Amino acid sequence: MTNNNLLNISRERIEDFLFLEAALLDEWRLDDWLLLLAENFTYQVPSNDAPGSIAAKALFMIADDKKRTEERVVRLKDRNAHAEFPHSRTRRFISNVRILERTDIDSTHSKVKIQANFTIHRFRRNDDIRTFVGQYHNELLITEQSIHIIHRKAILDAYELGSMGLVSFIL
Amino acid sequence: MYKSGYVINDPNNHDFQVNRRALVEQSVLDDEMEFIFEKCWIYVGHESEVKNVGDFQTRSICGRPVILCRDAASKVRVYLNACRHRAALVCRETSGNAKGFMCFYHGWSFNINGELDGVPGKSSYPPSFDQSKLNLAEPAHVDSYKGFVFVSFNPKASSLEDYLAGAKEYIDLIVDQSPSGSMEVIEGTQEYDMKANWKLLVENSFDDYHLLTTHSTWLNYMKRSGVEIKRPEKGHLMPSHGIGKALGNGHAVIDNVNFRGRPVAKWIPIYGEAAKPEIEKIRTELFERLGEERATRVADTNRNLVVFPNLVLNDGSSVTIRTFHPQAPDLMKVRAWALGPVEESAEARGIRLDSFLTFYGPGGFATPDDVEALESVQKGMATFKEIPWSVMSRGMAKEGEQLNTDELHLRAFWLQWLELMSKKDEAQ
Repeated sequence: MTNNNLLNISRERIEDFLFLEAALLDEWRLDDWLLLLAENFTYQVPSNDAPGSIAAKALFMIADDKKRTEERVVRLKDRNAHAEFPHSRTRRFISNVRILERTDIDSTHSKVKIQANFTIHRFRRNDDIRTFVGQYHNELLITEQSIHIIHRKAILDAYELGSMGLVSFIL
Repeated sequence: MYKSGYVINDPNNHDFQVNRRALVEQSVLDDEMEFIFEKCWIYVGHESEVKNVGDFQTRSICGRPVILCRDAASKVRVYLNACRHRAALVCRETSGNAKGFMCFYHGWSFNINGELDGVPGKSSYPPSFDQSKLNLAEPAHVDSYKGFVFVSFNPKASSLEDYLAGAKEYIDLIVDQSPSGSMEVIEGTQEYDMKANWKLLVENSFDDYHLLTTHSTWLNYMKRSGVEIKRPEKGHLMPSHGIGKALGNGHAVIDNVNFRGRPVAKWIPIYGEAAKPEIEKIRTELFERLGEERATRVADTNRNLVVFPNLVLNDGSSVTIRTFHPQAPDLMKVRAWALGPVEESAEARGIRLDSFLTFYGPGGFATPDDVEALESVQKGMATFKEIPWSVMSRGMAKEGEQLNTDELHLRAFWLQWLELMSKKDEAQ
């Protein structure tokens, strides 16, 4: 297999994907967002004091497999998910996107590990603006036509969740 | 004035009400600091968080910075984290291992036993300067029960065992999950603020009356995953029977027949087929070690325990230690950990942590809605002048057993609160 046969994976293409994902989440198009997830998808938010740990050994705030993420979406669409009813307004800024590692499965499928910084502002009526700053550590499954998320880890920079209070929407 | 103005307790007329001023006034919080937090035993941490000599954790307890550590003789100690010279913090890290603590401001240093062992330029102090009297200060009392470390700033405090009273029985039931009686705090702390009065979290932590409406999405999730949620029996609101019980000194508990998964030891489909043998193994060990009656209690009942004033041990979907300290009448800082048996297998530990997140914590399927409820209550409390009273009389007209959805256990907390706060009336 020569390099010429491999997929062209540019940072721009990854960025376009992350921007699309951010837009779907900000617009609460959660069913559309689910379509971006790979079969063996995981979504994790570690506790602030254990950012480098693994979920089987340390208490995280979120450690979903795909099934649990789907159930999380069921919950978030229910008006009885009180912490997110009415839905928060969020606005995400994604930057500093870096491709760290690329594994070519074959000439049409590659896995890519990326990192990206995020700032998410959360707005609720009668509440302070809460700002979540951190870094995504994601793994993506890429073909010529599609990108799916295999692993999605949102690591918050703050020493404690503190005034952010909750991670009740999808970070 | 506390006796007359803050709580109505009239058992003959089945009337119990709490005045909402108790949840909004700064003067009440000031009095709580003096008459409750500085008088009771207060949870600091768990011995397992400082396993080795020199291990330390820094915490804020009752507004004071403290260091929990293990000294050179392997004894668990709690120091006030303030230099005896000018009060600067002598330790600014969250946790770690140290030979001692040095104040960087003027360089005074203290060894791991808290002794002042270095004073730069000591010769300029007058002869009256007594270095041996300037060790790191400690709370009036430090003691632990089954690994749970408490302090009291009250020199006249009773012993910790006496203080814990009936709460010990429920702590013991949790600790019995471990074959060696040794539980450990698992890495990873959930630390978050709640914009609500701290007493609302006490109430909420063992209030089963709110479960059906506040946590309907969690119940849905359980049902959808294959957990059987039975229709409540007559007179009940919950899918299983459970009681509320006062345990003395303001401690209280709800003690419920389990209907959800328990890492020790009730399998539910969420754990996955592969986890079945592991849960079965844990269950078998438990029954062999404890006998049927006690093992059934450990494995097939849940408990939410409030240790007065601000420690909650919830043993349900997993075991969580939760403690909280008020920052203002409408703001508290919450810290929560997962607790598990030291000898737990990697697989069982994974199940425990995963099960924790089905319900608890800032990203769980239930806790966020509790936070929303309490913050919503606090916002509504702004009407306290027009609507002064909150009714808390569920179960008062019943003879005998009180349900988990009654409010006897909430009243037990409030009556102890009133008892201690009334000391202020007597002092005046």
